Amino acid sequence: MKKSHIFAIVIIAIAIGIIVTTAGDASTYVNFDQAYQMASTGNSTSIHVVGQLKKDSNGEIVGLRNAPDNLSFTFVLVDENGKEQKVFYNEPMPPDFTRSENVVIIGNYQGENFVANKILLKCPSKYQEQSVNAGV
Amino acid sequence: MIHYFIGDLGHFFIILSFVTSLVAAFAYWKTKYSVDGALQESWRQNARVAFYVHTVAVIGVFVSLFTIIYNHYFEYHYAYSHSSRHLPAHYMVSCFWEGQEGSFLLWIFWQAILGLFVIHTQKNWEAPVMIVFSLVQAFLVSMILGIVFPVFDFKLGSSPFILLRDALSDPIFKIQPDFIPADGSGLNPLLQNYWMVIHPPTLFLGFALTLVPFAFCIAGLWERKYKEWIKPALPWALLGGAILGLGILMGGYWAYETLNFGGYWNWDPVENAVYVPWLVLIAAIHTMIVYKNSKTALKTSVILVISVFVLILYSTFLTRSGILGDASVHSFTDLGLSGQLLIYLLFFTVISILLAAVRWKEIPSSSEEVSTYSREFWIFLGATTLCLMGFQVLIPTSIPVYNQIVSLFGGTSNLAPPADQIAFYSKFQLWFGVAIAILSGTGQFFWWKRIDKSRLKKELLGPLLISLVVFAIIISLARVAEPAYVILTLAGVYIIVSNIKVLTSVFKVNPSFSGGALTHVGVGMSLLGIMFSAGYSNVVSLNNTGMLISSELSTEFNRDNLLLFVNEPRSMAGYDIEYLGERFEFKNQSGYVKKSDVELTADPYKVVAKRDIIFEDKTIYSAKDTFEIYPENTYYEIELRKGDDVAAILYPRVQINEAMGGFIASPDISRGLGRDLYTHVSAPMNREAEADWSEMEEIRIRPGQQFFVNDYVATLEEVHRVEEIQGVELLNEDVAVQATIVVNAERDPYYAEPIFLIKDKTQVGRISSEIGELGIKITLLNIHPETGEFTLGLNTRQKDWVIIKAMEKPYINLLWLGTGVIMVGFSVAMVRRFRERG
Repeated sequence: MKKSHIFAIVIIAIAIGIIVTTAGDASTYVNFDQAYQMASTGNSTSIHVVGQLKKDSNGEIVGLRNAPDNLSFTFVLVDENGKEQKVFYNEPMPPDFTRSENVVIIGNYQGENFVANKILLKCPSKYQEQSVNAGV
Repeated sequence: MIHYFIGDLGHFFIILSFVTSLVAAFAYWKTKYSVDGALQESWRQNARVAFYVHTVAVIGVFVSLFTIIYNHYFEYHYAYSHSSRHLPAHYMVSCFWEGQEGSFLLWIFWQAILGLFVIHTQKNWEAPVMIVFSLVQAFLVSMILGIVFPVFDFKLGSSPFILLRDALSDPIFKIQPDFIPADGSGLNPLLQNYWMVIHPPTLFLGFALTLVPFAFCIAGLWERKYKEWIKPALPWALLGGAILGLGILMGGYWAYETLNFGGYWNWDPVENAVYVPWLVLIAAIHTMIVYKNSKTALKTSVILVISVFVLILYSTFLTRSGILGDASVHSFTDLGLSGQLLIYLLFFTVISILLAAVRWKEIPSSSEEVSTYSREFWIFLGATTLCLMGFQVLIPTSIPVYNQIVSLFGGTSNLAPPADQIAFYSKFQLWFGVAIAILSGTGQFFWWKRIDKSRLKKELLGPLLISLVVFAIIISLARVAEPAYVILTLAGVYIIVSNIKVLTSVFKVNPSFSGGALTHVGVGMSLLGIMFSAGYSNVVSLNNTGMLISSELSTEFNRDNLLLFVNEPRSMAGYDIEYLGERFEFKNQSGYVKKSDVELTADPYKVVAKRDIIFEDKTIYSAKDTFEIYPENTYYEIELRKGDDVAAILYPRVQINEAMGGFIASPDISRGLGRDLYTHVSAPMNREAEADWSEMEEIRIRPGQQFFVNDYVATLEEVHRVEEIQGVELLNEDVAVQATIVVNAERDPYYAEPIFLIKDKTQVGRISSEIGELGIKITLLNIHPETGEFTLGLNTRQKDWVIIKAMEKPYINLLWLGTGVIMVGFSVAMVRRFRERG
């Protein structure tokens, strides 16, 4: 066997290794039920859940609670299947949080609570909402 | 009045540049396939004229669009959505490329200029290379063409010259078709930064430069000049590597200074999309050099050079088609160009793969086995490592694309990018970095000729020993303990030491050959800088109150934020840290003013000084002066002290930014030789939510008398009559008096000036005065002329606060310094290759 063949085999092996580990490390978009199931079977990997803040009939957000020192907060997120879940977040609340349309939380269940490590907000886009400011 | 002419002119220039690029491609095609010499020459002339006209038209588009922005023609969508009247002229340049259209234009412009260089320096290559150039230009211009085919309901490209009324369906245009907004919606304030003026042009010049080697490679395959294309392509590839790298780094530096994720690199898909082609470009440069020296690796060079360009197109597709969607926070908005972008990507991918496949057998390759003791072997290994490094980033970045493809075939895929992107990418890229350092450190010893085993041992011994000594010193001084970091440190030191050795010996022979060694020294410094600043970045703003967030939680929570009240020092990382209050930034000079020292006016950009404005012991404005500020930015003055000495005054910023979702915090960085201290606001106070005033307490005092309010000692200094009050019209019989109250705070005194007003003899008005920072509101309730006393009403609330997060970034300067060295190295190499070519 020529040296270049060995070389090629090694490269291909590394490339396959990269693909396999990526597939292993990739997170998934799930709903709360699936996330809970994963956690209860001992799988503590972080997953993505997409949802919206819980609102009452007047459109007011419910279940939002700041820690006394403002350094963390909890909220209630409703996933795509309509399941509600209390979510903890260990950072101060992003000030545009209440305006967001969609919230993506990345984290996992710890006991009965969902602990988010990261929150991505999808806010109403400037481009969709835009209307002309008619003030002269 | 709507300025139709300039928009029509601009659109005409776009169409002209599109048509001329096609004409140039056709005429160059004719040049290439004409047998008759005279005919060929005349086609060449035609082609050149077409490309010149194309270039002029592109410049015409540029000038037209800039005219619209510069003159605030808000009837145009581009000016309305990216600019405003308050924007300083130098940032108008940034709003030019804030939109997709402008950044395409920038790319087109650079490529047109590079085309002119090719025409004038590469007579032998002109026709085939310029066919590629012209076709790429045609594709890019089509993205901004903005022509609608009504029958098919199909729009080709998105023009920057559309009128606002055509872009938005606002009811006002039905009532008043000629309506022009008085002001634009403005440039995203985050982009109002000097780096954003120069980062996009640099990056797009880098993009454009990757076209040059690609076009030469295609031309070489096409004309069966398999070996010759390397020589003219190499210097351009080097220039591209340097400029693209610089552009990427500028983006990183902007992020470090402006965004608050705590670093310069976030492994966001938008960053990855341009990092991958750069890595492959660097690999291509290496194999091209191998070919020049040893006539091997030609096929690899062909593959890599083509890959670079295809990857650039792929990255354009990723960032501009909207496919990244949820995965990225800052890709461009979707302009509905995804189909066009996909065709652009596929066209050049398919054409170049086909061409390479057809010619593959004819490309000469050396059948000789590469010796392990040759320089080529090591460079080749390095290039392979670079490609794998890129591959590792490319695969996860493309996850949204897989999901899209799966759903195209009716399936569902719910793959998401790795949850912790930074940890995920770092754990791989770190080892690739180690491999690169070892390969490059060793490979340099094969510089001159093949050397055998015993010679190599002798050569390597010195650098290895020195590396070990330096390594031991660094490890013990900087306390590197993590095994992976220890190995990276050793590899980093090794690449620096061995390349310095090579550098000194090469420099003696011929300084112009030292580019490679110099660049590799820079790589080593950057690796160490990245390792220390990222691996040993530590949060210093640890909350030590020991309060639990929730007893329901079993896990330990690290609490990385610090709550600071005005004038209440806390200790942090060996410093006393104290928050001093909110500040505005002057518009016309550098410096900050206390919010409580100015009075707002109807124009948000103008404020009136309540008293003399002093910044850093200089009086900037006198009392009653009106001056300009940036209202969207609030700065939080934070003082760091070591003992009694002020170590630094930081001004982290919070920006009201509608485009980015309402709120953006930018850090302030206290720079030091050994480490940067990086501080940003993680939550500012919300004034509306905070307005929980206590019940009013009434006191009756004389001027000169002291009283307590919110635990501060205050004095009623005097009460005097005032002749005018802002916002209230005073008539002859009206009486207004103002009290001046000094509150002795921990540092500078604060003033409250409530007003008592009798209007029309009977109506009583009271204007209270608030000292937000101290949580004090004072109202002048009543005057008792009979006793010379005054009744004051006192309300209090919590003092102003801010929550901050602070991090230490050790030895980050090594990274910036290393980048500088890399750039110098690239320049030296480039000069050499450009000279060689001539």
